[in-house]
Amino acid sequence: MTADIFDVNKILKKYEYKDSSLIPILQEVQKLNEEKYISEEMAKYIAAEMKISKTRIYEVITFFSALNDKPKGKYFIQLCNSTVCEITDKDLIENALVSELGIQVGETSQDKMFTLEYTPCFGACDVSPAMRVNKVVYGNLTESKIKSIVSKLRGDTHE
Amino acid sequence: MNRTQKVITENFNTYKVEQIDKYIENGGFQGLKNALEKGKDFIIDELNISGLRGRGGAAYPTGKKWNGGRQTHADVKYVLCNADEGEPATFKDRELLVKDPYKVLEGLAISGYTFGAKEGFIYIREEYEFLHDKIRKAIKLAEENGYLGKNILGTGFDFSIKVFSGAGAYVCGEGSALIESMEGKAGRPRMKPPRIGVAGYMGKPTQSNNVETLAIVATVLKMGAVNYAKYGTEKSIGTKMISLCGNVKKPGTYEIPFGMSLREIIYDIGGGIVGDKDIKFLQLGGVSGPLMPKKYIDTKYTYEDLEAEGFGIGSGAILVADETKSVIKFLESVSYFFFHESCGKCTPCREGKRQMKKLLDKMSKGTATTKDLKNIEKISRIMTDASFCGLGQTAATAMLTAIKYFSPELCSSIDEIKAL
Repeated sequence: MTADIFDVNKILKKYEYKDSSLIPILQEVQKLNEEKYISEEMAKYIAAEMKISKTRIYEVITFFSALNDKPKGKYFIQLCNSTVCEITDKDLIENALVSELGIQVGETSQDKMFTLEYTPCFGACDVSPAMRVNKVVYGNLTESKIKSIVSKLRGDTHE
Repeated sequence: MNRTQKVITENFNTYKVEQIDKYIENGGFQGLKNALEKGKDFIIDELNISGLRGRGGAAYPTGKKWNGGRQTHADVKYVLCNADEGEPATFKDRELLVKDPYKVLEGLAISGYTFGAKEGFIYIREEYEFLHDKIRKAIKLAEENGYLGKNILGTGFDFSIKVFSGAGAYVCGEGSALIESMEGKAGRPRMKPPRIGVAGYMGKPTQSNNVETLAIVATVLKMGAVNYAKYGTEKSIGTKMISLCGNVKKPGTYEIPFGMSLREIIYDIGGGIVGDKDIKFLQLGGVSGPLMPKKYIDTKYTYEDLEAEGFGIGSGAILVADETKSVIKFLESVSYFFFHESCGKCTPCREGKRQMKKLLDKMSKGTATTKDLKNIEKISRIMTDASFCGLGQTAATAMLTAIKYFSPELCSSIDEIKAL
């Protein structure tokens, strides 16, 4: 498990192991993991500690978009493909992302640096087309903006 | 002429969350003071005069809802602020929470007092995570200043608020699905009755209101319903927050009086269409709303005028698409959204969307036949009539209105096939 069990236990204790707090528990546990997901091992551990079934945990993880059962890259890029971004040229942005990142939508780069996925509207339609990178909103996107954002993110890694 | 107003939005850009004193200087918490001083009958009367209807999209009269709610008796009751603003093209609640968080908390406290709840929750969508700490800070400062917590303003009224984060599910905007998720479960809507007002969070009566609705409650109780009712039209009273977006020059959140025409909204406020193109269609009320062809843009933005033409205000979203946009591509985006967001509980919604996606693929490839179009219309009607919750019931609205107004565009290939 990537996350420290000590920290997981702290979260469980904070919520008194209550199954009604399952969503904040899973959200906080996921945040501990650099790869932004809840591993099967972790799901099993939480189920045992909370005395609930693993199925219940997976039902919740797979139901909600913000809970992941698969690892994501260091930079998790979520491109909005809902109506407003659709009519404000999301396709151009998608093509720019695909060519800059060298991966298709739904994929993670081999060096685990980037994951590119579609996401439903996140309420930034006033600055569409928009995407989120590790939950931070980037709006009014253009092809050249994408180039500079991606190169900045790549530059980050050489520090 | 730009007829935007500053009634609900009076405090925008006047304070930062740390500056609760500035909010108070602006007359903040005066609505709560008036409410606690004058009592519940007064609150209901004011809400009735204000004509306020729920601003989350359902447009149910707030005074009526609150009057019913306060008569439900239970040992514990809860109130919720529904900030799970997931309707695509809608972002006005986000703006309210960013620019006037105290007004929303004030409205929630008034709702708690009226309903008889000591505890309230503000359920904020995961996508607005940047707001969570800000709202927590506002709650803490309001407590320190005696506007939340124990014995508020010395009246003996106790009320506290907690933030709950959603986890990314459109269907959780529906009250009972939202509550399911607050109880640690997948957010699938519950069978009704009982409604959440009778048995909601933890089985207790729970009153839920939209962010804008609560902000208006605080505004009305501060300025007086008669003054608020000076805005708008006879049947659509007051002002409305709109989310104007798409191919307009100045997208954004604006507060307008009911009764402006859509043309005024798009051109005088929105600055017209990018590249000075022509309008092809609008979608009102978000992705669950109908497509409105350009010929209706002189319609007045009121409940009654829009309903008369088969449209609606919904969440207050106004999406504008220019003449170059493809209706089929737009419908594919709508369909993808609902396909992704269906909770899968009921068959009409779950399977209907699957079929609709298949038929849209055919339309897009130009291989659809007249039979397909009839089929898609039939499926759409079944979804609308037989789905379990609002999600499925409105998922086909865009399709049905596209068939009504844009069938030549959807059918271009069909005619060729017929000719064979």
